[in-house]
Amino acid sequence: MFTLNLGPQHPATHGVLRVKMTMDGEYIRRAEPVPGYIHRMHEKMGENRTWAQYLPNTSRVDYLSAMHYTHAYVGVVERALGLKPPPRAEYIRVITSELNRISSHLVWLGAFLLDLGGFTPLLYAFDDREKILDLLEGITGARLTYCYYRFGGLCNDVDDTFVRGAQEFVAYMRPRLSMYQTLVTDNIILQKRLVGIGLITSEQCRKYGATGPVIRGSGVAYDVRRVEPYSVYPELDFDIPVFPEGDSMARYRVRMEEMAQSLRIIEQALARLPDGPVMAANVPRVLKLPAGDYCYAVEAARGRFMVRIVSDGGEVPYRVKLRTPSFSNLSLFEETSRGLLLPDAIALLGSLDLVIPDVDR
Amino acid sequence: MNLPEPYRLLIFLAGTLAFVGFHAAYLVWVERKGAGRFQRRPGPTEAGYAGLLQPIADALKLLSKQVIVPPTSDAVLFRAAPMMVMAPALMCLAVIPFGETLVARKVNFGLVMVFAFGSINVMAIMLSGWASRNKYAIISAARIVSQNVAYEIPMLLVAITLLMMMGTMDLQEIVRKQAGWFWNWNLFQLAANPLMPVTFLIFYICMLAETNRAPFDMAEAESELVAGAFTEYAGMGFGVFFMAEYANVVVGCSLATILFLGGWQSPIGWLPGPWWFLAKMYFLIFCVVWVRWTFPRTQFYGLLNLSWKILIPVSLFTLVLTSVMLKLF
Repeated sequence: MFTLNLGPQHPATHGVLRVKMTMDGEYIRRAEPVPGYIHRMHEKMGENRTWAQYLPNTSRVDYLSAMHYTHAYVGVVERALGLKPPPRAEYIRVITSELNRISSHLVWLGAFLLDLGGFTPLLYAFDDREKILDLLEGITGARLTYCYYRFGGLCNDVDDTFVRGAQEFVAYMRPRLSMYQTLVTDNIILQKRLVGIGLITSEQCRKYGATGPVIRGSGVAYDVRRVEPYSVYPELDFDIPVFPEGDSMARYRVRMEEMAQSLRIIEQALARLPDGPVMAANVPRVLKLPAGDYCYAVEAARGRFMVRIVSDGGEVPYRVKLRTPSFSNLSLFEETSRGLLLPDAIALLGSLDLVIPDVDR
Repeated sequence: MNLPEPYRLLIFLAGTLAFVGFHAAYLVWVERKGAGRFQRRPGPTEAGYAGLLQPIADALKLLSKQVIVPPTSDAVLFRAAPMMVMAPALMCLAVIPFGETLVARKVNFGLVMVFAFGSINVMAIMLSGWASRNKYAIISAARIVSQNVAYEIPMLLVAITLLMMMGTMDLQEIVRKQAGWFWNWNLFQLAANPLMPVTFLIFYICMLAETNRAPFDMAEAESELVAGAFTEYAGMGFGVFFMAEYANVVVGCSLATILFLGGWQSPIGWLPGPWWFLAKMYFLIFCVVWVRWTFPRTQFYGLLNLSWKILIPVSLFTLVLTSVMLKLF
C-alpha cells in the first residue's frame, strides 16, 4: 500500500486537479480528489461587481461551454427583471449554445482518447472544432470565452455568413460523426477499455447530484432542456440520448449521440430563424434588480448549470451562487473508483469530462 | 569481402554502430513525419529541408541538457540502465545478415543470440524504473516485467516453429533457404505450416510488445504514468532510452524480415541484395508507426489476456501442427 499523488500536474487530469490515491499495487483502494488549486473566487467576485460587470465572469467558469454559462446568468437576470428577449435572439441563443455544445464535446473526445493513449483523434476533433470557433468568432469576436448574450437579447445580430456557415457545418459534421463511429467507437481496443468499466449507478448519480452525460449514461433521462424547459427548446424536436449501462462506454455514447442531436437542433433552429430585433426594447439603462431570490438552470455541456442570485434591490448582487456540473460529477469519483486499476480509473476520470476551473470556480 | 578478419570485424562493427545511430535518429524523424501525415498536418518542417535536420537539433538539445541524477535514486543503477538498454540492441545487429556477405559476425546460433540479447533490454528498463525511486517508475517497471514474460513465450514458440522448418539457427542459412521467388519465403510456406501468416502476425504483435511500442506501450503510458520508467531521466539519459526504443524496433523488424520475408532475397528471383532487406525492413517499420498512430493503448490485463489466452495457445497449436506436417510430408 502506498500513496500516489495524481497531480496537481499530471497529464491525465487536464488541469490542476490533485487526486490522492491510496494504491495497492495498481489497484486503487481510495482516491480522494483534492480540488481548489485553481479557485478564482468567482462567486465572491459577483458580490462586488454590478450585474452587467459580472456577465463576462460567467464565461470563464467553464471555458469550454461559455455560451451555456452566460445563457444561465443572462437568463436569471432576465427572469428577475421580467424581460423577454425577442424570438430571433432566442433562436440565435439556441444555435450558438448547441454549436458550443458540439465544440465542447469535441474537446472532450480528443482529450478522452488521449487519456486512453490514442493521440490521433485529438487532432481530428480539434480540426472540426476549429470550424465552430471560426463561426462563433465571426459573430462574437471571441474564440473561447464568448460574451455574446446580453440582458434582453444579444450584443449584435448574426449575418448571412454565419447562417450559411452554420448550415454548411451541419452538412459537414454529419459524415464526420459517422467517421468517428467507424474509426473510433468501433475500435476493438476502445471497446475493451470502456465497456463494463467505471460503472456508475443511477443511485450514485442521484446521491452526488451528477448530471449531464454522466446521469444519462446511467439510464436517467435527465436533461434540463426537457425537465425545466428554457428558451425555445420546447419548440424544437430533439431526442435525449440515454444509455442504461452506466459504464464509461455509455457516457461516451451519450456524448457522441448528443453531438448528432445538437446538429438536429441547429438545423431546425436555422430553418425557423425569425426576423426581427435581437434586443428587447424595454431594457433599463441602470440595472437594479428587484429584491429577491432567483434561479435559472441550463443544460451545459457537462450537465446542469444553475445560477442562483439574491438581490437586495441594488446595482450589485447580494450573493451569487454557481451550481457547476463538474463539481458534482467529480464527487462521484471517490466512490466509483474504488478497486479499479489505475488506467481504468483514468478512463473513468476522462469519461466524467471534468473542467477543473469549473470544479473550483 | 576478402579483408583480414580483425579489420573486417572492426569495419563491420563501426558500420553497425553507424547504422544504429542513423536509424535511431532518423526513425524519430520518420515517426514524427508519419504521425503528422496520419493526423493531417505536415510534421517537422523548420530544421532543414522537410525537417530533415530535426533529429540532429533534438540530439544537440538533449546533449546540452544537464543529466540530473535524483539524490534519492540508486545512482549506479540509474546511470547503468541507459547503457544496458542500448548495448544489447547493438549486439543483436552484429549477427544480423543484411546481405549475402554483409554480416558483422557469422555465428551459427545467431537466432538464439538475438533472442538472448533482446531480453536484456527489458531488464534495463526494469532497472531504470527501480533505480529511479519514483512511484510511477516502479509501477512501470512492474508492468514491463509481466508484459515481457508474457510475450517472450509466444515469440519463442514461433521461433521454435521456424527452427523446426529450417533446421538451422544460423540466420544467413535461414535466408539462403528462402532463395528464389517470393513464394519461397517462410511467410508462404503453407505446406509446412498452413497457419504461417498467423504465425507471422503473432511474431509481429510480440515484437511490438517486446519493444514497448503502441498499442502495448504500458511502460511509458504517458497519460497514466507520466513517462513511466523514464520519468526521472533528463538530457541524454532520456535520449538514450529513446534511441534504444528505435534500435530495438530495427532489430525486431530485421528479425521478422529474416525469419519470414526472405531477408535479402529478391521477391522476383533476381538482383538479391541488401536493398531488398532494407525495403522489407522499412515496410515493417512503417507498419509499426502506422499502428502507433491508429490505435489507443490496450489495457494491461487485456494485454496479458491476449498473450496467455490467445497468442500462446495459437502459437503452441501451430508448433504442433508444423511438427505433424513435417513428419507426414
